[in-house]
Amino acid sequence: MKAKFLVPLILFFALAGFLAFGLTLNPREVPSPLIDKPAPAFSLARLDDPARPFALEEMKGQVWLLNVWASWCVACRQEHPVLVRMAQQKLVPVVGLNYKEVRGDGAINARGMALEAETALAIERAQRWLDDHGDPYVLSVLDIDGRVGIDFGVYGVPETFLIDGEGRIRYKHIGPITPESLQQVIMPKIEEVRRAG
Amino acid sequence: MRAEMFVKPLRRLAVAVLLAAALPAAAQQAAMPPQSAGPGAAPTVAADPQLEADVMELSHKLRCLVCQNQSIAESNAPLAVDLRDQVREQLAAGHSKSDVVDYLVARYGDFVLYDPPFKATTLLLWGGPVLLLVGGAGWLAWRLRRRQGELAAVHGLSEAERRRARELLAGDAKQSSSESPESRS
Amino acid sequence: MIPELGHFALVLALVLALVQAIVPMIGASRNRLALMAVGRPAAQGQFFFILFSYTCLTWAFIQSDFSVQLAAANSHSATPLMYKITGVWGNHEGSLLLWAMSLSLWTVAVTVFSRNLPDAFVARVLGVLGWVSTGFLSFLLVTSNPFERLLPAVGEGRDLNPLLQDPGMIIHPPLLYMGYVGFSVAFAFAIAALLSGRLDAAWARWSRPWTTVAWVFLTAGIAIGSGWAYYELGWGGWWFWDPVENASFMPWLLGTALMHSLAVTEKRGAFRSWTVLLAISAFSLSLLGTFIVRSGVITSVHAFATDPKRGLFILALLVIVIGVSLLLYAWRAPRLGGGGSFSLVSRETSLLGNNVLLSVASASVLLGTMYPLFLDALGMGKISVGPPYFESVFIPLMTPVVVLMMFGPFLRWKDDDLAKAVRKVAPAFIASVLIGLGTAYAVDHVTWRTVLGLSLAAWVVLASIQLLAGRITERAGAAMGARLRSITAAWWGMWLAHLGVGVFIIGVTLVGSLESHVDVRMQNGQHAELAGYTFTFRGVRDADGPNYDAARATIDVTRGERAIATLTPEKRLYLAQGMPMTEASIDIGPFRDVYVSLGEQLEDGSWIVSVYYKPFISWIWLGCIMMGLGGVFAAADRRYRRLAAREATVAANQRVA
Repeated sequence: MKAKFLVPLILFFALAGFLAFGLTLNPREVPSPLIDKPAPAFSLARLDDPARPFALEEMKGQVWLLNVWASWCVACRQEHPVLVRMAQQKLVPVVGLNYKEVRGDGAINARGMALEAETALAIERAQRWLDDHGDPYVLSVLDIDGRVGIDFGVYGVPETFLIDGEGRIRYKHIGPITPESLQQVIMPKIEEVRRAG
Repeated sequence: MRAEMFVKPLRRLAVAVLLAAALPAAAQQAAMPPQSAGPGAAPTVAADPQLEADVMELSHKLRCLVCQNQSIAESNAPLAVDLRDQVREQLAAGHSKSDVVDYLVARYGDFVLYDPPFKATTLLLWGGPVLLLVGGAGWLAWRLRRRQGELAAVHGLSEAERRRARELLAGDAKQSSSESPESRS
Repeated sequence: MIPELGHFALVLALVLALVQAIVPMIGASRNRLALMAVGRPAAQGQFFFILFSYTCLTWAFIQSDFSVQLAAANSHSATPLMYKITGVWGNHEGSLLLWAMSLSLWTVAVTVFSRNLPDAFVARVLGVLGWVSTGFLSFLLVTSNPFERLLPAVGEGRDLNPLLQDPGMIIHPPLLYMGYVGFSVAFAFAIAALLSGRLDAAWARWSRPWTTVAWVFLTAGIAIGSGWAYYELGWGGWWFWDPVENASFMPWLLGTALMHSLAVTEKRGAFRSWTVLLAISAFSLSLLGTFIVRSGVITSVHAFATDPKRGLFILALLVIVIGVSLLLYAWRAPRLGGGGSFSLVSRETSLLGNNVLLSVASASVLLGTMYPLFLDALGMGKISVGPPYFESVFIPLMTPVVVLMMFGPFLRWKDDDLAKAVRKVAPAFIASVLIGLGTAYAVDHVTWRTVLGLSLAAWVVLASIQLLAGRITERAGAAMGARLRSITAAWWGMWLAHLGVGVFIIGVTLVGSLESHVDVRMQNGQHAELAGYTFTFRGVRDADGPNYDAARATIDVTRGERAIATLTPEKRLYLAQGMPMTEASIDIGPFRDVYVSLGEQLEDGSWIVSVYYKPFISWIWLGCIMMGLGGVFAAADRRYRRLAAREATVAANQRVA
C-alpha cells in the first residue's frame, strides 16, 4: 500500500543514475557502423603522383591506419607531431586521406572553380603543409569532393581508421590522436589485430 | 432550453466566420506551384522543384552529424550540404527514399535518423508512450472504482457511523478523508 | 573593483540564503515567532545583494571591461548597448545569475503577498526557497563565478553570439526563467504543506495564483522563443523538439496539469496527493531542464559550453532537492485523504483524465529526450530522436486532451448525467467533424492530420461559443450587462485560454498543410511568383550595422495590381566572430505571413532568395497570447483577494484572541 508512494522516488533515482553515467559519455561521438566490415572501396589520385590512382588492395596483407586530414583542420595540427613520431618509430604504416582540401576551407570560395584548378590548388596546399610540418604518411590520397569521406562515414577531421590485412575496418578513432590515446587505445588495438591476423 | 436559441444562430455564424476566414485566404493559393514562366521571371534554384521538395522532405528527417541538433535540411555546415547533395543525386538517379536512408545508415548508423527505426533497442521508445497511457488510464480507472467502492461503503454505514463520518469530514482536514480507517473498513 | 564588489555581494547573498533556509524552519518546528520572522528580511536582503551583484556584472558589460572573462567572451565594444545588457545572460554564468535572481524575486513576492497566511506556513515556504537558493548560489560561486578576472585583460571582446543579438532574445530568457523558477513557489508551498501535514483546500487556494502566474510567464517565454526561432533561423520553422525546447515544454505540460489539479483540490478537496506530486514534479522538471542545458549530457543547439564539474554539481543538487522532496512525499502522502466524493461522470473525473493525459504526454517527451542517453549508457548504440517521433507520439496523446478540455466544462462538479451531457455537446461535436472535413476539402488538402486539426479547432471554437451562450443565458431575466458581470474573471480566463488552444491548433494545422516555399536566383528587376503573390527583386545595397556588415535586399511584394509590402531581408556578417546570419523580412498578416530570406550571392551577381508563404502562422502565437491572457484573468480573479482579505481578518482576530 505505502510502497506505491515510493514509485516516483525510485523512478527519479533510476533517471539520476543514467544522468550520472551520461556525464562520463560523449554525446557528440557517433560510433561507426562500419566496424568489422570491409572498408569501402575507392580509387583516388595520389598526392605525390596525381596520375597514379591508389586503391585499398595495395595495402592488402598489412595492418594500417587511414588518417583523414586537411591543411585547414586545426585539430590536425595538434595530432600531427604524434603521427610524425609514429612514422619515425615505424609503428604502423599510415595512409593519409586528404579531405576536401580546397572546398572544405571556409576561407576559400570554391564555388564554380573548375575541378582541374581545384585539384592543382589542393596539391599545392597539401604538399606545402606536409613540407612545413613533416610527412608521416606512406602516401596521401586526394578526396577533393569528400565523397570517399562520406563512404567512410567521416563527419569531422581528423578521424583515423584501423584497417586489417583483409581490408576490414577494425577500429575508428574520432578526433586527434594524442600520445595517451595512441598508447592506451590505438597501439593495443593494432597489436590485437596483428595477433589475430 | 433558452441556450439552444442562442446557440443555433451563433453556431451558424461561427461556421460562416471560420469558412470566410479560411477559404479565400488559403484555398485559392493552396499548393499553387511556383511559376517561373514569362519574361523577367527569376529561375528557381532547383532545376526540378518536385525533386527539390522531395530532397528537403527527406533531409528534414536526417540529422546533421556536425552540428548535431539540426537536420541536414536546416544546417549549412559543409557536411550537411554534402549530404544534401548526396540525397539529391541519389533521388535524381531514381533511387527510392528508403534506399537513400539505407545508404546513409550504412555509413553513419541509426544516429542520422531523426525518426528512430522500430527495432529491439527502440521497443521501449515506441512502446513507452503506449505503456504510459495504458498505465495511466488503468491507474485512473482503478482509483475511480476504488473511490466508488468507498463511497458505497460510506452509504452502507449505520446511522451512528454516518454521523461519526460526518463529524470527521467536517473536522480537522488531516482526518477528514474518506480513507481514514473508519470509512474504509 | 566593481566586479569584486559584485562577487562579494554574491557571497553575502549566499549567507543570507542559508539564514533564510535554516532559521525560519527551526522557528516553524519549535513554534517560535521571532525565528520565523527572520525569513522575510533575509529573503529581501538576499534579493538586494543578488540585484547588486547582477548590476555589477551588467556594469562590466556596459563598460566593456574585458578584464572580466565573461564580458570578454560575450561582449564587444561595438555591440549595441541593448545587446551588451542582454549579453549578460547569453552565457552559462550570467544566465545562472539571472536564474538565482528570479528565484529571489519570486521569494520576495512571497514575502510581500503572504501577509495573510499563517506564520509557520510562510516560514516553511521561505525555508524551502532558501534551500533551493542556497544550492544555486553555491553552484554559481563554486563552479561558475561570473566575475572571474582575465589577467592580463584583452583589448577586445569576442562579442555576443549573433544569434542572440535579436529583440526576441531581450525578453525570452527572463520570461522563461520567471516561468521555470516560478514553479518553485508552488513547489515550496507543497513541501511546506507536507512538512506541516496541512494539505487542505486552503493550501490549494494559496498555491493557485502563484502557479498560474508562473505558468503565464512560462507560456509567454516559450511563445517568444518560438517566435524568435521563426524569424531568426531564416526558414520559418517555429518548433524543433530540441532537447532544450523540450526542457521548457515538459514543465509547461505538468504546470498545466497542476493548475487544473489545484482547482479540484481547492474546490472539492480531492486529488491531494496527486496535486502535491504534480507540484514537486513540475519544479523537478524545471531543474532537470537546467541540468540538460548545462551539463552537456545531451547535445542541443542551445546548450551552453559545458564542463563535467558543473554537470556533477548540478546533478548532486538535483538529487538532493528532488530526492528529499520525493522522500518526504513517500513519507507523508499516504496520510492524505481522497477528499470530497464525486461520481464517475463529473467534472472531477474529466479533469483527472486530462491530468493523466498531460502527465503521460510530459513523460513521453521526457522518454524521447532521454532515450538516446539510456541506450548510450547501456552500450546499445547511438540513436537520434527528433521531430518525427515527437509528432507521431504527441498528436494522438493531445487529441483526447483537446476533446476532453471542451467537454469537461459542460459537466457539473460532483455528479452529472453522461447521456444528458453528451446530448448537450453532440451537435457541436458532429458539426466540428463536418467543418473539419469540409474545410479540408475546400482548401484541397485532405489528409488525416488536416482533417483532425481542423475538426479539433472547430470543436474548441463551437464548444466555447456554446459554453459562453450557456453561461449568459443561465440567469434568465437579468439584464445582459448584469449577466456578463456575473461571470467571474476566473471563468473568463478559463474560457479564453481554452479558446486560445483552438486558435493555436488552427495555426499549426493550416501552416503545416498549406505553406509553400520556393528558392529562386534573382537579379535586379526579376520576379518570382508564390501563392498568388509576385516578388520583384529591386537590388541589394550595403546596410552595415555597428558590429556587422550587411547586404540588404529590397523586394516588392504585389498581388495582382495591388502593392502588399516592401520587404528588406538582410545577410549579415558579424565581424567579431566572423559569423554569417540571415535576417528574414516578414509581412505579417492576420491570415498569412509572407516571409523572405536572403541567401548567398552567386558568381553571376544574382542572389539566392527563399520565399515562403505561411498561411495562418500568426494564429499560433495569437493562441499563445490568448492562453497567457487567460492565465492573467484567472490569477487576477477577485476571489483570491477577497478570500485573502477575509483570512487576514480571521487571522487578526485569532491573534487578538
